[in-house]
Amino acid sequence: MTRVVVSGLRKSFGARVVLDGLDLEVPEGSLTAVLGPSGSGKTTLLRILAGFERPEAGSVTLGENVVEDGRTHLPPEARRVGYVPQDGALFPHLSASGNVGFGLSRRERRSGRVEELLGLVGLSGEGRRFPHQLSGGMQQRVALARALAGQPSLVLLDEPFSSLDAALRAGVRADVARVLSETGTTSVLVTHDQDEALSLADRVAVLRGGRVVQCASPEQLYTDPLDPALASFVGDANLLEGTVRAGTAVTPLGTLAIADDGRPLAEAQKVMVLVRPEQLELRTSNASNGGGGIDGLVVECRYFGHDMLVTVEMAAEVKGRRPLLYARLTGRSPLGSGSPVALSVAGPVKAWPAGSG
Amino acid sequence: MTATTAPPPGPSGPRGPSGSAGTNGMGATSADSGRGEVRERRPAPAALIVASAVVAAAMLLPLVFMLVQAAQVGWTELSNLLFRHLTAVLLWNTVSLCAVVTTASAGIGTAAAFATERTDLPARRLLSALIVLPVAVPDFVIAWGWTSLAPSLHGLWGAALVLTLGLYPLVYLPVAASFRSADPAQEEVSRSLGRGRLRTFWSVSLRNARLALLGGCLLVWLYLLAEYGAFEILRYQTFTTEIFAEFEVGFNTPAASALSLVLVLLGLMVLAGEAMLAHGQRGRPQPRARVVTRSRLGPATAPVVVSMVVLVALALGVPLWAISHWMESSQRTTLPAASSLGSAAWHTALYSGCAAAVATVAALPVAILAVRHRGRLATVFERTCLLVQALPGLVIALALVFFAVRYVVGIYQSAFLLIAAYVVMFFPLALIAVRASVARVPASLEEVGRSLGQRPPAVMLRVTLPLVLPGLLASFFLVFLTAVTELTATLILVPTGVQTLATQFWAYTNDFSYGAAAPFAATMLAVAVVPTYLLGRWFDRLPARSLLAA
Repeated sequence: MTRVVVSGLRKSFGARVVLDGLDLEVPEGSLTAVLGPSGSGKTTLLRILAGFERPEAGSVTLGENVVEDGRTHLPPEARRVGYVPQDGALFPHLSASGNVGFGLSRRERRSGRVEELLGLVGLSGEGRRFPHQLSGGMQQRVALARALAGQPSLVLLDEPFSSLDAALRAGVRADVARVLSETGTTSVLVTHDQDEALSLADRVAVLRGGRVVQCASPEQLYTDPLDPALASFVGDANLLEGTVRAGTAVTPLGTLAIADDGRPLAEAQKVMVLVRPEQLELRTSNASNGGGGIDGLVVECRYFGHDMLVTVEMAAEVKGRRPLLYARLTGRSPLGSGSPVALSVAGPVKAWPAGSG
Repeated sequence: MTATTAPPPGPSGPRGPSGSAGTNGMGATSADSGRGEVRERRPAPAALIVASAVVAAAMLLPLVFMLVQAAQVGWTELSNLLFRHLTAVLLWNTVSLCAVVTTASAGIGTAAAFATERTDLPARRLLSALIVLPVAVPDFVIAWGWTSLAPSLHGLWGAALVLTLGLYPLVYLPVAASFRSADPAQEEVSRSLGRGRLRTFWSVSLRNARLALLGGCLLVWLYLLAEYGAFEILRYQTFTTEIFAEFEVGFNTPAASALSLVLVLLGLMVLAGEAMLAHGQRGRPQPRARVVTRSRLGPATAPVVVSMVVLVALALGVPLWAISHWMESSQRTTLPAASSLGSAAWHTALYSGCAAAVATVAALPVAILAVRHRGRLATVFERTCLLVQALPGLVIALALVFFAVRYVVGIYQSAFLLIAAYVVMFFPLALIAVRASVARVPASLEEVGRSLGQRPPAVMLRVTLPLVLPGLLASFFLVFLTAVTELTATLILVPTGVQTLATQFWAYTNDFSYGAAAPFAATMLAVAVVPTYLLGRWFDRLPARSLLAA
């Protein structure tokens, strides 16, 4: 178990700067997800952690050991860092057992360690099969067992679930998270999938422009994102302009309570307010009971079964047009477009000073 | 009071139950840099660079010897030898034959490839295996087969017929591989956009296969420039026959040297032309192949099958029939040369096997450098090695003779010089085969190996080598097969008192002892057919692009 500290990492490919002074701390024994859009440098970060690439500046510390800085470059084979690439990259000429035992000594291979690892990932008795005889999910499990075989100080997972079918993905994800927490291995998971990051990781670091913009627990990231752009990156977001009045935000959706994030806002300050779709409540209204709420019309209702996402056009014009809002509803029948509804907001909302991104 | 809403997720917004929004919320560029492909060019290990440099330099030596020889002849004499009527005749003969044979091979090879890969031709697996086999039959054996049965066959059209029959597989192989690996969805889209079968073939299928076609034509052209035996048998005068005559009969090395210059220049021009035409068109990602919907031949089935059978019969059947005909008649007339056959076969296998092993091992560092550490240096080494393609075996052999006679008399007429000539001549084949197999081992496997605590040499031994082994075997067989049927350089360099299958066959053929020659041709074919079959299977699995890495 090892704490990982990355600081000031800089890396460019030709003229393109990929990592621009990246800092990251991965707590001992945690699963930290690195979340970022394509091309944000997350794979490069992983490859530097593994020792496959050298940064131009910055340092990487695994536990007590500086493995990378201006002078030191510990080669990959000396780092004890397990690596699970996107496609598994199993050695095609070796059986599942051969793959898992690749990094072990002959004595360790005979000690039953391989079978133990296969059992850990739920593949007992499958050791004699070759990669091409295994399904995608099984290949990923073998790749994980192989990475864990040498009891590495850190395991790196490079989008390990993205090549799997949706049906398979959930199961493999859950198993991998279970195995990692059972073994207490410090791990870094790179992904561009917000659901994956939020649901699996203890901490999520969001990459943007070659830096970590926010590193927080999934809940904090979702409810208290650093800026509006980040808010819409980690989930659906209604962003509204408003003005602070007596600790609340006055917005087109009414006067909303502001969640306390330890950064007080001045009176009469212009703010940007985040209303998550599940905070928006809808009541079917008709002309007779106009009591309470903001009026709107359903534009579209996308029904997923377990929930639905409703697009509502506000009745009142704001700056010459009628804003669209998104609401997530559960346990209801789909709403027809054109249905009149009344909108209200549940719970406090996140607010940033206007112009902060 | 003002208010706006968030950028609406819109129709393509929220996808999942827990609301993964569109990913562009952070203003990321949509241009995906291709995850994992943003790889650094790691500096190559010094040993790899040194090994590649040594190999590349060795490949350049024959060219250097040739130029030294020409320089020693002097420009005045060279220009006297070059600017005469004979040169013009040779140039015309060579170029006109190249044009005819290349065009015919391109047509036949492409048509046959389309028939076997894209139509519902019956017995197409058998036919596609048969149609490749003439490549295993040396052109001088095909020529001998035809002339021994039809002695009047000669001149441009005789030579064109025989060489087209011998060389069309060089077009068929890459074009068929390209048809096989191309994404049929493109053709389907073309059809759905209203283009008919024929227009789709021209504008999509053939367009996608054009690099393969170009590469095949290049090979045909280079083989023609280097061919000697078939032309000699067909009494068709080209640069090679003239150079050989000047050297062997007249001992006129200045004249041979001058003509060699022109021949090499022709080869280099073809290589350069191909490089220009193909410039910037290589290295596109190969779409994932899936099952092809084959066109129905319908009433055309019978004519197509018949013409393919006729093609195989002309290319393969005629020499085979000639061999059996002469062997049968020789049992009554001449003594079979059984003892000399065994000795010739042994020496052929020995020289070819040594050359194949050396060429394959030598290709490995250059291929690894070119694939794993792509850069200017790697490209220079690779191009240098492939430049050898422009040097006919005859020219390489004469350059080595010049070098040996002048500087190291001890190695003249030794097996060493012959094997060295084979290695240089067939190095491009080895390099292409080895390079393709190295390219099929993803770098990520080696990285995983290292992250599992193995040092680079151990990763090489435990990961890379087992995975490139099939490619190394293919390279070995490719060179072996080609060397077994090599005639020209062997005639010049074979050690004194030793005969190989090709030289003994040649000696008997020149005496018109066809009956005695036939067993040697038969043995050559027998030795060549097994590797060709293995080779064919290997080509089958190879994407067209890697065949054309030249």
